[in-house]
Amino acid sequence: MKENCKGRAGGYNCVVCIKQVPDTKKVTGEAMKADGTINRAALPAIFNPEDRNALEAALSVKERYGGTVTAIAMGLPAACAILREALMCGADAAYLVTDRKAAGSDTLATSYILSQAVKKFNPDLVFCGRQAIDGDTAQTGPQIAEKLDFAAITYLEKLDLDGDFATAVRDIGTGVETDRVKLPALFTVTEKFGELRPFDVRRVMKYKKAKAPVENGGAAMEGDLAIGQLSCDDIGCDPERCGFAGSPTNVNKIVSVVLAGGDYKEIAPTDEGVKALVDELAADHTIG
Amino acid sequence: MSNFYKDNPDIEKTLDAVDLTEVAGLCEEGFRFAKEYDFAPVSAEDAIDNYKRALEVCGDIIGNRIAPTAEETDKVGNILNEDGSVTYAPGIKLAVELMGRSRLSGCTIPYYLGGLNMPCTILTACNDIVSRADASLMNIFGLQGIAETINAFASEELKKQYVPKLCDGTWTGAMVLTEPDAGSDLQSVKTTAHQDENGVWRVNGVKRFITNGCGDVLLVLARTEPEFSDGRGLSCLLVEKCPQVKVRRLEHKLGINGSPTCELVFTDAPAKLVGQRKRGLITYVMALMNGARVGISAQGTGIGEAAYRAARDYAAARKQFGVTIDTFPALRELMSDMSVDLQASRILAYYSSKCVDLENGLTKKFEALKGSPEAQAVRARMKKYAGFNKMLTPMAKYYASEMSMRTSNGAVAVLGGSGYMKDYPVERYLRDARITTIYEGTSQLQVVAAIAGVMAGLYREVVADALEGVQLTESLKAKYGGVLALMEKLDKAVEFVKGHPDGKMYHDLHARKLVDAAIGVIVAALFIRFAAKFPEKEAVLDFWCETRFPTLIGELVKAESGYTGPVVKFETLAPAVTLAD
Repeated sequence: MKENCKGRAGGYNCVVCIKQVPDTKKVTGEAMKADGTINRAALPAIFNPEDRNALEAALSVKERYGGTVTAIAMGLPAACAILREALMCGADAAYLVTDRKAAGSDTLATSYILSQAVKKFNPDLVFCGRQAIDGDTAQTGPQIAEKLDFAAITYLEKLDLDGDFATAVRDIGTGVETDRVKLPALFTVTEKFGELRPFDVRRVMKYKKAKAPVENGGAAMEGDLAIGQLSCDDIGCDPERCGFAGSPTNVNKIVSVVLAGGDYKEIAPTDEGVKALVDELAADHTIG
Repeated sequence: MSNFYKDNPDIEKTLDAVDLTEVAGLCEEGFRFAKEYDFAPVSAEDAIDNYKRALEVCGDIIGNRIAPTAEETDKVGNILNEDGSVTYAPGIKLAVELMGRSRLSGCTIPYYLGGLNMPCTILTACNDIVSRADASLMNIFGLQGIAETINAFASEELKKQYVPKLCDGTWTGAMVLTEPDAGSDLQSVKTTAHQDENGVWRVNGVKRFITNGCGDVLLVLARTEPEFSDGRGLSCLLVEKCPQVKVRRLEHKLGINGSPTCELVFTDAPAKLVGQRKRGLITYVMALMNGARVGISAQGTGIGEAAYRAARDYAAARKQFGVTIDTFPALRELMSDMSVDLQASRILAYYSSKCVDLENGLTKKFEALKGSPEAQAVRARMKKYAGFNKMLTPMAKYYASEMSMRTSNGAVAVLGGSGYMKDYPVERYLRDARITTIYEGTSQLQVVAAIAGVMAGLYREVVADALEGVQLTESLKAKYGGVLALMEKLDKAVEFVKGHPDGKMYHDLHARKLVDAAIGVIVAALFIRFAAKFPEKEAVLDFWCETRFPTLIGELVKAESGYTGPVVKFETLAPAVTLAD
């Protein structure tokens, strides 16, 4: 344990919720299907960037205070790729929540299913990325906290632990806010927390062989090469609250907005001119 | 931001072309470690997959985290503090931490000491990637030779004490050889070591131009036997950073500014003997130096990669006379030449690294098999590669370092006026490249080291080894005919030089031309091997044969001319310089 890290005996159990997302930085003309949904085949699947920061937050808690880190991903079997990455980085265990019943879940159903999974591990701290780059809602993390009745600290930048309390510094846009919160608690993490540590190549060599039963003909791998697999039933989900049935969100319409140059306006190079410009931009929420 | 391994398919293809299957089996000693370590590979395929994954980790750290810091590192360099400590540039500090965490800092070190037990060829590929981002970082990351030397020659106690912390980045090391009057000539080292009344070794003296001399673990070449004034009196001592070792000065250099070059003063510094007395220079430093030369072959390759990319990228965007400048035939020729030069350097560096791996692996295997009927065959192959390496390692170092000079110079040319400005990194590449032909033995010294093998016709055996088991298409067979023709010319030139009445003088004067031609045929054979696996490489082979062979033949004509002007007419050709008053 490093200096100034009070922590507590036995450390802390951390759960990190991670998501596999299409790499929206590599969007091409084929990225959207005719019906407005994402063409996942046209985009490489990656570890959601801010979930990497969330994993770093959990691993840094383990490094400083001891304890465990468990990574959970909900999704198709392909999401095991990011669970393997989590293990390579230092997570102790990884679980895939996968079930046909979960298909079509919006953030409400997703957060319900994830909260049921998280509960199973009885964590002291739960970490999520602030938001995923496919939906950009930033809702799932706080909704999990609400269902678990945990305090939710969003936009986490820095974290210290002392006994059953956490001191969290969060980014509030115009500055930072420092909160003291009783555990258990959930944190959503931004890139300001710090980049995910590099893989330890020895762990890469080992955990490249980790698999979930669904990737291994239904059989669990031996020892810590096993990625756990959970169905909605395994975590006691009410089917009415999962998947399409549990998702009130309806996508009404998706519009492809193409920004194009229009008219131009001349601004007088005076203080008044600049002020008028700033006021106008503030009024239409371009800035501020 | 980019993964420097994934965005550069030539690295993976070169590894596939040289083929590490046998090396993997030797490194893993028949895959026996898998029983002991759950991460150790179970087959050659598994091991080679691990190698590529390790390079992907390296490419991620270096491309995404370190490359963006290289410009600042070059600008701020290192700071010598008042208390004698040295502060690294922030990017270098970060790199040491990240490469240690990933364990890439222990790439070639055995598992039980905290390393990855990977072959030297993979360290070469790492150094290639590292040097593309920041050549100066290679000087610190590439100092894995310190841990390798301790691992190879020191007692088990010293290994366990020092090696794991060099692998995980806690410590860095330095090889402390050069002195004001002992540069290329290390036999004349004056630093001394004696045992005090308690039997503790004490080191006294001044060392100069010490890369990372501010490191934690110093391997010092010192005279323990005052009765011998040559190399036989030198031993290798391990000195930990302590108050009796002072960094007196940091050098101000043309390039590799991220690498602290220290002047060190030892005043009764406590030390531990590594291995046996008297073998410091003769055995240990020679081994360390060979490893370091392999490292420079990778460093030159990485600088060449960076320079080629900068030039190619700029030329595709820069418009003059209404078109991008990459459409001009003269620039197309220049950039093709840079690219093929770079690819030649890479395959030569990786192949020579593989030969080092085979020598090391077969040596271990021979020791394990001693007395059994198979042992003799293993020994014969071990000796074959040991012979190759005496020639190939200096060739790879010489070729890559000179290539990095040509390529970075070419990149400045392609960028024109912009290339001369600090706004673009190519001037840094040119400055960084300049040291590679000097340190770990100058180009002239590499030629001296390689020429014996060339005079013995060893290039023929190397070409045969490079093409062993390779299925040649009709087209490649025809091109191999061209290689054989050049080899015959080289044979003749070698015979001419051997028989010349001026003996050693004539031999020394023309050695470089013969070594260049030998490199020409070896690289051609390696390109044939490459093209047999990846047909697109045949165009590169064609370029090599069409543009390089005529030049090399011209050099051989010079070697056979009997001309000795530069030596016998030196005072006229290069008159002594005098002052007017």
